[in-house]
Amino acid sequence: MRIVVNGEVTQTAAATLAELCTALGFSEARIATAVNGDFVPEAARGQRMIAQGDRIEIVAPRQGG
Amino acid sequence: MKLHLYGFEAASRLLLGTAQYPSPQVLHDAVKASGAEIVTVSLRREGARERTGQRFWELIKELGVRVLPNTAGCRTVKEAVTTAQMARELFDTTWVKLEVIANDDTLQPDLFGLVEAARILSGEGFDVFPYTTEDLSAADRLLEAGCEVLMPWGAPIGSGQGLANPAALKSMRAYFPETPLIVDAGIGAPSHAAMAMELGYDAVLLNTAVAKAGDPAGMAEAFAQGVSAGRKAFLSGLMEPRDMAVPSTPVAGTPFFKLDNAS
Repeated sequence: MRIVVNGEVTQTAAATLAELCTALGFSEARIATAVNGDFVPEAARGQRMIAQGDRIEIVAPRQGG
Repeated sequence: MKLHLYGFEAASRLLLGTAQYPSPQVLHDAVKASGAEIVTVSLRREGARERTGQRFWELIKELGVRVLPNTAGCRTVKEAVTTAQMARELFDTTWVKLEVIANDDTLQPDLFGLVEAARILSGEGFDVFPYTTEDLSAADRLLEAGCEVLMPWGAPIGSGQGLANPAALKSMRAYFPETPLIVDAGIGAPSHAAMAMELGYDAVLLNTAVAKAGDPAGMAEAFAQGVSAGRKAFLSGLMEPRDMAVPSTPVAGTPFFKLDNAS
């Protein structure tokens, strides 16, 4: 199905957010996630189902002022 | 007397941003030279290949400082709240420098959105550091929303103009004598930081002036000295300016003194 990850249209077979993160190579990485504007805690990624058209944010620490 | 922020005690009254340094090593050296115990950080979209964030996180851990994640770039309450929630998990802290930006040119805070987001986040257990203006009614509402610290701007972010409205900052200090107040943004030189401290502010937060200096570590040290000097001056009691000259050397006993000279 087609979803949007960090602003880019992406094809995925992942059923859950946890599967998507692993498929994209983020297992072990220090990241945080949101789906359609709502925060999804790490512990909830396994239960969070992905649907066609979902907008997903995957963020990591960055320099800031 | 140390700086107290949500139960955390810091000896340094300088908070430093981590952005815009020419290299990670220069950032590391500047933080060390500044003596800062609190640094601001942010979060951004991560690419699996680049893994930029993972390397930055290692650097921050190595510095052993307390992190204050920001919500820079957020324009709505919803964006700011979700960003804060992601930051709490990412950085494992309840602290958040809350920014809800109203305008691209001035980067001034949207005070209405700021108060609303502060209320939501305080209710969720966050320790909110709101990036605000010197507006007193907004400040009242932020405190009422649960904030225990206020961070009014000195001047627009990244402008380096110093304290654009010292009279208003002075009022704010007088109006909130017990609340920790931090001048955040617009500080361009150590003299600006010293002035904020002389006004009785508890700390200053800056980034660009150090990061973009020819020698960031040197500038970080200069800012640390400016902050210390300003704090010491405030505690020691500054003189009031006077309209007329007043001789500092004793007048009595002046050679060749004639009464006429004094009239």
